[in-house]
Amino acid sequence: MDVRLSPEQVALRASAARVVGSLGPHVVSDLDDAERAGQLRRAVEDSGWCELRQAAEGSEPVATAVEVAVVAEELGRGLADVGFLGPTMAAELRRRVGAPGAPERETVVLEPGLVGLASAVPNEAPTGVAIDAAGASAGLVLVSGDGPGPRRLGRVALERGRTQTDLTRVTALPGSPSTAVDGVGALDDEDLVAWLALGLAVTCADLVGVMAGAVELARRYAVDRRQFEAPIGSFQAVAHMLADAYVVTEGSRSVALYAAWAVDALPLSEALAAAALAKAYCARAARNVCEISVQVHGGIGNTWECLAHVYLRRALLSSELFGGAEASVERVLAHRGIPVAAGSGHGLR
Amino acid sequence: MDFDDAPAERDFRLRLRAWVAEHNPGLPTSSTDDEYWRGQAACHRSLYDAGFFGVSWPPEGGGQGLPSVYDVIVDEELAAGGAPPRPSVGYLVRGFIEHGSDEIRARFVPGIVSGRDRWCQGFSEPDAGSDLASLRTRAERHGDQYVVHGHKVWTSYSDDAQWCLLLARTDDAVPKHKGISAFALPMGQPGIVQRPLRMINGITKEFGEVVLDGARVPAVNMIGEPGDGWALAMTVVSHEREPGELGYVARYSQLVGEMVVRVRKEPGAFAPADLRQLGWAVVEAEMLRLHVRRRLSERLDGISHGSEGSVDKLLMTEVEQAVGHAALAIGGSGVGSGDDSWLRAYLYSRAQSVMGGTSQIQRNLVARRVLGLPS
Repeated sequence: MDVRLSPEQVALRASAARVVGSLGPHVVSDLDDAERAGQLRRAVEDSGWCELRQAAEGSEPVATAVEVAVVAEELGRGLADVGFLGPTMAAELRRRVGAPGAPERETVVLEPGLVGLASAVPNEAPTGVAIDAAGASAGLVLVSGDGPGPRRLGRVALERGRTQTDLTRVTALPGSPSTAVDGVGALDDEDLVAWLALGLAVTCADLVGVMAGAVELARRYAVDRRQFEAPIGSFQAVAHMLADAYVVTEGSRSVALYAAWAVDALPLSEALAAAALAKAYCARAARNVCEISVQVHGGIGNTWECLAHVYLRRALLSSELFGGAEASVERVLAHRGIPVAAGSGHGLR
Repeated sequence: MDFDDAPAERDFRLRLRAWVAEHNPGLPTSSTDDEYWRGQAACHRSLYDAGFFGVSWPPEGGGQGLPSVYDVIVDEELAAGGAPPRPSVGYLVRGFIEHGSDEIRARFVPGIVSGRDRWCQGFSEPDAGSDLASLRTRAERHGDQYVVHGHKVWTSYSDDAQWCLLLARTDDAVPKHKGISAFALPMGQPGIVQRPLRMINGITKEFGEVVLDGARVPAVNMIGEPGDGWALAMTVVSHEREPGELGYVARYSQLVGEMVVRVRKEPGAFAPADLRQLGWAVVEAEMLRLHVRRRLSERLDGISHGSEGSVDKLLMTEVEQAVGHAALAIGGSGVGSGDDSWLRAYLYSRAQSVMGGTSQIQRNLVARRVLGLPS
């Protein structure tokens, strides 16, 4: 038992932190700086981080989900407005069906509930949303035939993307009818469960980074901002909120790390349970932490110019993707043999 | 990175599992029961004699010098086998090791580790709870002895203890943190009266108060120098806050598992909101299990957590109280069923945000020492 990052993983974290630290947004108006965003995009392209789940030798990925999580955390911490989750999830699908790497930047299209991969009937445009679609010209979907049976991977062109809710990541609508991805096998249920576990684990890592960034933003403000002739961080009412935010961030880090490790190391149902458990904890914590960050900033925290809401918005989207806190708790219970359907039980107690 | 056991760890785990299956003392597994406290000393000794207690402590103190992850394996296997948890004496051991002279360590540590000597901790007083440094128990030197007068309270295990790790004021002329000394005080003497206190869940064995009226302690039983008591106290309480140091953390997962079994028998009897409460308890207990693994791994780098101990204490409190709320949701008050064991677990959980330093004090420590907020 030794859950420390390897020296290579520590180096990966440092290099992701360096890229995001120099090219990520530092103030809200940086989000409109296309030149900076372009530099960040090129740096991430050059890094190969979006290809970590591509097939290397055989069908094994280039890197484990722990490496993906290490990068995701730093991108979340620095509010990196660059595609990573979407391309990573698309690469995982291609690897699982034995398809060659994407010819151009692509992402995944999720069904409108944002939990599973969107389904498309051949020759019809699917219903759903392409997530994290910056720079992506296509999105992957499930192509279901008329009856049951294995499903194939399809590819749809995307409409022009826009930012909504999360100011750092672009969503897009699927456009043209789907076309089959060439020369690939079928996706079975196990592939889709493993893919979901990866999505949950990576969004947890993003949330851990977002929480750490939001706590640090508020911490610095609480040191600088003075009221009643003292820094507001010297007042217990403020200090205790920040302490609580830091504490649940640390708890989140522990579950998120386990979820990422579990993706490649544990049997499928265990990996999914670990990922859902981590997501429940991280999603609940992240909203709490980001709300505290807004509150510590007071009036400033409720203006567009303060980065606190950018963290909150990113947290809300990362929480929802692949299932949020309540849905994940139900998944945890289901794994322990306890179904919680709405209205189940006569509730005698 | 590996959350699983390495081969040597697996080996140790299986040996221990077999031992527990054969030697489970059949005591209540929860410290919310007086029966547990009656059998705890014997349990400690048999665990030590079998080579499964104090494994991470230095060999000269009776330990085996193994990495701390072995303690976690002990905790998990005891809980899984339905045996009482590992006795929580690690903070005493750390206090002695870090602050005692060679002679003091040789005299006292082996007895603590082996379970031969039972200890209590004479820190808190009626007027010195969170503000521990304002304690008023005094020890005055008379020849080669100190004579002690004062009143200690919230003293765990005081009725069983042969020894007390006592904090007493030995100098009034210096600032309050600097006038405190630490002693190994023998309990069985005429100048000491101890009374059990009854906790809110009804148990009487865990908690006591100790009145010191002319108790005597040899001067050679002072731990460190005069005035060093505060530093020792800080070492002790910081270790007392670490979930990895405490034996009972695995109990949360066990308790949650028992609730899951109960609900599965009769799933229709519970409202969805109560089931969700249980779901959150599952999440919390697992979080702590994983968090302890991360912390103990960090120790392999030689990182020891001073102030981060307050972070972990707050996490442990969050978990115990979430489990307590789930126990209340699933078990109810016990009035209808006649079984109030879940209620007692819930009531006991309220102490976690007070003992070892209140959650409010822990938040102050996190804010100042971890986050660097100004005071």
